[in-house]
Amino acid sequence: MIPVAFSYARPDSLESALALLAEHGEDATVLAGGHSLLPVMKLRLAAPEVVIDIGRLPELRYIRLDGDEVAIGAGTRHRDLEASDVLGAEAPLLAAVARTVGDPQVRHRGTIGGSLAHADPASDLPAAVLTLGGTVVLRGPRGERQVPATGFYTGMFSTVKEPDELIVEIRVPRTGSSGWAYEKFTRRANDWAIVGVAVVDGRVGLVNMGASPLRASTTEAALADGASIEEAAALADQGTDPTSDLAATAEYRRHLARVLTRRALTTAAG
Amino acid sequence: MTTSMNTTVKVGITVNGTETTADVEPRLLLAHYLRDVIGLKATNVGCDTTSCGACTVLVDGESVKSCTVLAVQADGQSVTTMEGLSPNSTNLHPVAAAFRAEHGLQCGFCTPGMVMATVGLLKENPKPTEREVREGLEGNLCRCTGYHNIVRAVLAASGQDPDAGQTTSVEADAGRSPAGGVESAPGFSTGSGA
Amino acid sequence: MSIMGTRVVRTEDPVFLSRGATYTDDLTDERLNGALHLTLVRSPLAHARITAVDVEAAREAPGVVAVFAGADIDLAPTLLFAGANPGMVRPWLATDKVRFVGEPVAAVLTEQPYQGQDAADLVEIDYDPLPAVVDPRAALTDEVLLFEEVGTNLAGGFGHDQEFDEHFFDGCEVVVTRDIVNQRLAASPLEGRAAAAVWGEDGRVTLWASTQNPQSARDEIASWLGIDAGLIHLIAPDVGGGFGAKIGADPEFALVVWLAQRLGRAVRWTETRSENLTGMLQGRAQLQTITIGGNRDGDVLAYRLDVLADAGAYPRLGVFLPFFTRQMAPGVYDIPKVESRARTVVTTTTSTGAYRGAGRPEATAAIERAMDLFAAEIGKDPAQVRRRNVVPPDKFPFETKGGAVYDSGEYAKAIDRVLEGAGYAELRAEQARRRERGDVVQLGIGVSAYVEITGGGAFSEDASVEVHADGSVTVLTGTSPHGQGHATAWAMLTSDRLGIPIEKITVKHGDTDLIPRGAGTMGSRSLQTGGVAVHQAAGELVELAKQRAADLLEAAVDDLEVADGAVSVRGTDTNVTLAQLADREQLKVDTVFDSGAPTFPFGAHVAVVEVDIESGKAVVDRIVTLDDAGPIVNPLLAEGQRHGGIAQGISQALLEEVVYDADGNPLTATFADYAFPSAAELPSFTLLDMATPTTLNPLGAKGIGEAGTIGATPAVQSAVIDAVSHLGVRHIDMPTSPLRVWEAINAARGERGAGSDSSEGAQQ
Repeated sequence: MIPVAFSYARPDSLESALALLAEHGEDATVLAGGHSLLPVMKLRLAAPEVVIDIGRLPELRYIRLDGDEVAIGAGTRHRDLEASDVLGAEAPLLAAVARTVGDPQVRHRGTIGGSLAHADPASDLPAAVLTLGGTVVLRGPRGERQVPATGFYTGMFSTVKEPDELIVEIRVPRTGSSGWAYEKFTRRANDWAIVGVAVVDGRVGLVNMGASPLRASTTEAALADGASIEEAAALADQGTDPTSDLAATAEYRRHLARVLTRRALTTAAG
Repeated sequence: MTTSMNTTVKVGITVNGTETTADVEPRLLLAHYLRDVIGLKATNVGCDTTSCGACTVLVDGESVKSCTVLAVQADGQSVTTMEGLSPNSTNLHPVAAAFRAEHGLQCGFCTPGMVMATVGLLKENPKPTEREVREGLEGNLCRCTGYHNIVRAVLAASGQDPDAGQTTSVEADAGRSPAGGVESAPGFSTGSGA
Repeated sequence: MSIMGTRVVRTEDPVFLSRGATYTDDLTDERLNGALHLTLVRSPLAHARITAVDVEAAREAPGVVAVFAGADIDLAPTLLFAGANPGMVRPWLATDKVRFVGEPVAAVLTEQPYQGQDAADLVEIDYDPLPAVVDPRAALTDEVLLFEEVGTNLAGGFGHDQEFDEHFFDGCEVVVTRDIVNQRLAASPLEGRAAAAVWGEDGRVTLWASTQNPQSARDEIASWLGIDAGLIHLIAPDVGGGFGAKIGADPEFALVVWLAQRLGRAVRWTETRSENLTGMLQGRAQLQTITIGGNRDGDVLAYRLDVLADAGAYPRLGVFLPFFTRQMAPGVYDIPKVESRARTVVTTTTSTGAYRGAGRPEATAAIERAMDLFAAEIGKDPAQVRRRNVVPPDKFPFETKGGAVYDSGEYAKAIDRVLEGAGYAELRAEQARRRERGDVVQLGIGVSAYVEITGGGAFSEDASVEVHADGSVTVLTGTSPHGQGHATAWAMLTSDRLGIPIEKITVKHGDTDLIPRGAGTMGSRSLQTGGVAVHQAAGELVELAKQRAADLLEAAVDDLEVADGAVSVRGTDTNVTLAQLADREQLKVDTVFDSGAPTFPFGAHVAVVEVDIESGKAVVDRIVTLDDAGPIVNPLLAEGQRHGGIAQGISQALLEEVVYDADGNPLTATFADYAFPSAAELPSFTLLDMATPTTLNPLGAKGIGEAGTIGATPAVQSAVIDAVSHLGVRHIDMPTSPLRVWEAINAARGERGAGSDSSEGAQQ
């Protein structure tokens, strides 16, 4: 299967990309690694008139320390995340979560900015950034703004990013090397998560438990109040709204969220 | 760099060391560029959903699924297909030779992608364990071999003895719970830094 | 040392691993230059009346040469399988009605492949939806008919007009009955269906197609098109897997031939995976009711199997396969009373046909599940209950109550050896420890014993062996492989007789002009028919060469021997090479081998799974199999067949299922949704060997191709259930997905909590 025909541009700078985006507005789609976009274009579920390829902008591909945070260029590939010594030492949850995305070929192409912009509730990285308490840096014709991940996702495949904005950077706090875990439940290794649970520093993030990545806020509050892992994990599905599909019923997803949260918290607690 | 809007674009891609160039539709997939534009038919397309990996090639040395890369995205880059590995059929690349020696192929349709994924895997991890081989090839589906002999071929290609490297119980693998253990449940992708 | 029985690496592989194999879509034959590309517009609805088809916009799209709707095709709708209800005919493109999602409705022909989907999107079809019928039990009521004029959804049956004997289980101390599902599977060869056709000036058509048996495909297409089979030159190039789903021809192949003639141009068609998962024949799809009775000592006294099979929308081979299921119903067991019946109905789904095992895995899964349920009911070890009831070796040939005559077997020995190889006693001890500790990860052990029928579809096969003056050899075979390695194995069989190295032997197959007769590769038949025919042809060529050499060498035929490619006088240096003989006169033998009867390979499998009882997820930890298919020509190839089958068996037990929603929409029409395993979900396998020859052919060979799916599927299903049996679970339908396992545990706990007996399904 092949996409509907489109016009293509590969700007050679971020400024030029933003100008093109401003010019074409909602007719345009941004292509980075292409591993969320091209599959839906091949199935003709998306048919943009203009594709703006930012996949090769060197200024979007970096991982560096910046004060109390790690700054990651939006064009950084999953493979870069999983192999990064900086992340391994400073925010290892993100590297470990990246390692569970898709398969090696997908990780060689897919980007963290693309994953967050696509905002698939079954995706691993959006929930990981949310759990880390990260920030999404957006740039557009009105300048640059920083949006906390907690306010970035607005629903299924939707975010606060305006059509003329680009994600340029993701910032996550330096967490140090301990106190984290990721539990991803799948039938096959490279399937999407049926449910995933990320834990770091007492924060708990949920994959595929609603229209957007979620924080298990009731569990987090219980932990802060001194509840045991067992007690807190039993609350993990509160405030969630999981769907039913071929792989799981909503009830089963709730059960998995509780079990995986307990396991992740136990692992993270060492 | 292409900054203007175009319905056809000129691409130049080095394929197996040879410069190739063509005017193509932007929507042309790299897999079809290889097969239909320059006539290299080893790379196969086995699905529509980036699932099967039959179309795996190397782009600048990294394994990618060429059904999910536009030809224009590979403009100016270097692509290696299975045809580029071995000078001819009597002088096989070590990975290809290992697939033959271990009977790691039957119908052959997944084979070009499987071989290229293996070349990419061994570049990143020259001495993988059996579990690392299995997870390293998770993006490549084979319906014929049950993977048993593919795993052997990859271990052999990495210079390891497949009889020693291959276990017949997942219990013995690194990262899996030992028999009787309850530390981690089977089949989970687990990362932790406790 | 004889080459027979040695691990010869494949002669096919150097090309496959350098420039790649040549599948139908890879062909660069100059007759296909400028070929048109066929894109089919397929129905998005499972059951609907077509009220309008508008192809005008599509005709105007770039690159479009022609667009055809059903009314444009002057071929009568055809019954695709002769044994089915004769009114259930399929049109080449749907006209008044569609009967499954994926049914072709219009054909678009374009200069370039990318233009096809663009134009196809412009074809406008108005549908008036009708109720879908997805569940065969609903189809059986005939409330919604697929073929109104036929008046029934019943496509066929075996023994279905007889009533079951109500006293059948009289005298049994224990009777257990249960409804089980042998779910629908998609064969999913990595290469989908493909065809290319061009008509020549001689009035014949050359058709390249991805098929397991070109000669049968040629004959089918000729009959569908109403032309002489001699007008079709069918070539199967390299074929990227088949697993039964590429037996014979598909209607699309005939359409490609018809379109190429109508348009006077070459036409090519290569389906997408989404088309493949709705258009290619699917397998299994049986609902079964099993009832088993016996005494508390463990003797099975009576077994009943009731099959309701799903033919899909247009009956194909799937209508026939329950015949094999009934025939093999008793499995390896000597059961005094066996009765069965099978009914097949049409539903608004993809048509069904053969998938690796084709009717026999369904029989084995049923009897093995019955044995487990019976063993659980009487509280005995399931392996020992099996062993107690198998046919003993001194009873062969053994005529079963299913109507088969088993040629040879050592069933108890097979079970003993696989239990020993797996360390069965230690596994049970480990299981007990985990249960005692209340581990989250429980161990399950599944045992299956099986016998299957191979070579049962066609007993005869052609072969030809010719030695050329340059010392090379050409072998022609009627079997047409798609990954099995015939070019290597048939060369070994020839080399063994002629003493000519396999490098000099070329095996040709899959070309109906070169090889007009052949039954093809399916049903684990190739070695025991096609391979034996080659062995026989080479043997006859030896005799022919001796006779010719006798004159030349002035020696008696009885004093001559053939070795190293030459005929020599025994004990002397006097010889003449086969090449020299060929230089004088063509040295070629054509022969036919007819086995006259099928063979019955057998074996036993042990599966060990770990089940996380909190999440319900099962992971296969070990597979130990003993598969006895008689003497092995090339262990490397035979093991490859076993590995592939085992993986498919595990996959049926754990992962795979074609799913439709209530409206008949397929929910598993991509490889993202239709789950079969990657390397990461499987262990390596432990294979044990045994070789009990058949007397039906000179090699003693039986078939090995389907052993894995037949043996492994019930072993793995049984292991998953066994892992949670201590929680009160007696049965989980396949695939035993995490969700199903979790729900089964919950249901069992609920029943226990309510104080009810856990032996659900038990009678008396």
